[in-house]
Amino acid sequence: MSANARDIFKAGLIGDNPIYRQVLGICSALAVTNLLANTLFMCFGVVFTTALSNLTVSLLRRHIPKRVRMIAQVLIIASYVMIVDTLIRALNPDIHRFIGPYVGLIITNCIIMGRAEAFAGQNPPWPSLLDGLACGLGYSLVLIVIALVREPMGFGTLLGYPLPARELWWHSWTIMVMPPGAFFMLAIVTWIARSRFDAQKETPA
Amino acid sequence: MTLDLHSAPFLSLLLVFVSAAFTDNILLTRFLGLCPCMGVSKKVDASVGLGLAVTFVTACTAVLNYWVYRYLLIPLDIVYLRLIVFIVVIAAFVQFTEMAIERVSERLYQALGIFLPLITVNCAILGTSLFMITRPYNAAQAFVFGLGSGFGWLVAITLIGGIREKIDEKNVPPGLRGPGITLIVIGIMSLAFVVFSGMVKI
Repeated sequence: MSANARDIFKAGLIGDNPIYRQVLGICSALAVTNLLANTLFMCFGVVFTTALSNLTVSLLRRHIPKRVRMIAQVLIIASYVMIVDTLIRALNPDIHRFIGPYVGLIITNCIIMGRAEAFAGQNPPWPSLLDGLACGLGYSLVLIVIALVREPMGFGTLLGYPLPARELWWHSWTIMVMPPGAFFMLAIVTWIARSRFDAQKETPA
Repeated sequence: MTLDLHSAPFLSLLLVFVSAAFTDNILLTRFLGLCPCMGVSKKVDASVGLGLAVTFVTACTAVLNYWVYRYLLIPLDIVYLRLIVFIVVIAAFVQFTEMAIERVSERLYQALGIFLPLITVNCAILGTSLFMITRPYNAAQAFVFGLGSGFGWLVAITLIGGIREKIDEKNVPPGLRGPGITLIVIGIMSLAFVVFSGMVKI
């Protein structure tokens, strides 16, 4: 991997992490994180869509007139989301029933739109693909961390399997699977991440 | 085409409105429309302006998408195209709203600036249309559902805007400044709205 590619990944995962740094795409981040299985399917959908729509926007960047680029990007993204939607329904209809509307909402996920607009519109295809992958993975990273806390605390399970000996020590913390729990968890993750990485950034300067 | 109010009693419309606006608040319990909310809710008047625009667009696109879905997508058996069709309807409608706001109020247009195009990718609007088709609504109920969702979003973002204006003057830990503290505020408000659930069922 070249130094350039490493920089792109580092930015997507930590420095410019779409969720806690740019605060984009948090809608779906909160809705699907009460069960880890839902989260993993959602992450798959987002990584797939960001990477490929970034690639497509970048390939077509010289052919799309400036004035209609927003609508062109939305249509490119929507086509990929339709593929993801169909794939998830085929792979796991039960999960699709629950996260279905949120999969459709990947279209309006501002991460994807934002990357298409900010990066893929000005860069060649290969870095754009990497950038899309990195941002999708940065998004997934935060979601998985949140789901890893919410599912065990709220349901006492992990990926649907009960925690070991949970009747001895575990007590249901219902608020974690309800909407407020999602907001608090994301706030805490943002707080920790910002304090930690901002402190690092300031030391060498 | 006219709204068919006779088959739907007034009470059912009221219930749809209240549940969409409060018990099922689209921002606080469905997490939709958070991104523009974080961006705009620093000031109350900008919040109200964007909230009104969103309410208007949500209500109109909910009923437009209802018609498109019912009379075009289902008869032609192309329901799998719903995502792309809905987003095109919304994008076209937002373009229209943007031109209207530009004519009506120069000041509002400048205050909202870059956030107007973002209405297209406001997930509250597409989300309302997507939730709408999962429920057995008629056209009038679809319109009221959109209106209620938009109104609930307007109420939430205005309250958040008011609280944030106060918080800006307070001493917040550095890592929590901005999005962090806003999320905690939204979480506490969400707690309050969750209490409504159970009062009305959709």
